[in-house]
Amino acid sequence: MTAAVDPFIHLVGVSKTYRSGRKQHLAISDASFDVMPGELVALVGPSGCGKSTLLKILSGLHPHDGGELRMGSATHPFDPARDVGMVFQAPLLLKWRRIIDNVLLPAELLGLPMREARERARSLMAMVGLAGYEEKYPYELSGGMQQRAAIARSLVHDPKLVLMDEPFGALDALTREKMNLELLRIWKESGKTIVFVTHGISEAVFLGTRVVVFTAGPARMADNFEIELPHPRTLDIKTHERFGAYTRRIYKLLGMD
Amino acid sequence: MDRLNSRLGQYALGIAAHLLLLLAWYLFVRLGEVPKFVMPSPADTLAALFVPNYDWWHNALVTGTEIFGGYALALVVGVALALVFTWSKTLEALVLPLLVTLNMVPKVALGPLIIVWFKYGVFPNTIMAFSIAVFPILLTTARGLREIEPELLDLVRSLRGSRWQLFTKIQLPGALPYIFSGMKVAAILAVAGAVVGEFLGSDRGLGYLMLQVQVTLDTPAMFMAVILITLLGMLLYGLVMLLERLLVAKDARVS
Repeated sequence: MTAAVDPFIHLVGVSKTYRSGRKQHLAISDASFDVMPGELVALVGPSGCGKSTLLKILSGLHPHDGGELRMGSATHPFDPARDVGMVFQAPLLLKWRRIIDNVLLPAELLGLPMREARERARSLMAMVGLAGYEEKYPYELSGGMQQRAAIARSLVHDPKLVLMDEPFGALDALTREKMNLELLRIWKESGKTIVFVTHGISEAVFLGTRVVVFTAGPARMADNFEIELPHPRTLDIKTHERFGAYTRRIYKLLGMD
Repeated sequence: MDRLNSRLGQYALGIAAHLLLLLAWYLFVRLGEVPKFVMPSPADTLAALFVPNYDWWHNALVTGTEIFGGYALALVVGVALALVFTWSKTLEALVLPLLVTLNMVPKVALGPLIIVWFKYGVFPNTIMAFSIAVFPILLTTARGLREIEPELLDLVRSLRGSRWQLFTKIQLPGALPYIFSGMKVAAILAVAGAVVGEFLGSDRGLGYLMLQVQVTLDTPAMFMAVILITLLGMLLYGLVMLLERLLVAKDARVS
């Protein structure tokens, strides 16, 4: 009898080595952290630290080859075939499909009942701020709006876990700040568990309920700590004393102090 | 309305250019007093259409069958082979270089062989049109199917999408602009293939007819045959363009 909820994702010493011929490349090691249901965990680190590899492992695309990984719990079961939503750095919308039909793609792939999926896609588009753009084509939307559509697409099949790989990395700084706020709102409204990869340190601290820090050469997990900043978060918290302390802590871990 | 006007204007200019060519042709023959067996006038050429012996309708039908048949076969085989390549990297690595080499073989040089293998007639000429038209379609389609972003592939795989779903929902529509650019090249080649086939060995078709009337120096009929072959080619090309307009989003077309 414990009051505590089981973690939704549980990693202990997860590692992954890619082999090509006789060469071996350690892509990630020592990854040990828990993600609780409904958390927004930010994975931060330089290029080559393994954060994207870890995302691929969580998505089920690549198997890990060391350590222990458990996804789902008794209270929050996880079906790897349909409980993952993905958002990438590029929106990757199909340019011959209208936005609503792009959002519907995962539902089509999973063979969900389309009438309900369409309803859901419409309400998701409204949630991400794209009401009225259902019948537009991708080229008619700005980069930020295309990324909103990609977020709606990642939610259309109602997955329990959304994996985001530097989703705002290609946006300009102002749009990026705006999308950070939007993401926090969408996260609250949807109640999803989100794992968010970034190399923006302040972005990680601003968004995350927890930040997991990775270092490169060798690729390994360096730290994992909770971000105790109030919710809902506004841009004001960036001037919060603790915000500065968190970012300094990460800079230090990355050897940039 | 403006757009419609400029559209109509474009068509009008295109038609005017054709009429001007006809006029230049007429004036050249008329004023230059060119003998009919060297270059017939437009009227003489048209008159050749009414020589019952030449059986234009039947011959055009034969050539049309070869062109469209060979082309359709090239389209099906080209796209199917390209699809198989995307499924098996090994097969692609094995076969694609070979196909590039085979593409270099002048198909016209295969003509006598095709006659040896398949005898005279519509079928070997269809094969000729096919063998010439299949490569551009295959190569552009293989290229187009490969253009998929790796992350999009990840997205489909993470949802356990099938190969068929990947093909029909993402790869094929994404490759359509490429396929159509290959199809346009192939349309021109298919016409050439069919006619060359008829030159080399046939007892029917417009190419065959051209060789027959050449002997009697009926130049107007030769002109008419060339015009009819051109019209068949334009019909095919027009159909491809129409299909492209229907299927490919405007911003994605490859010209």
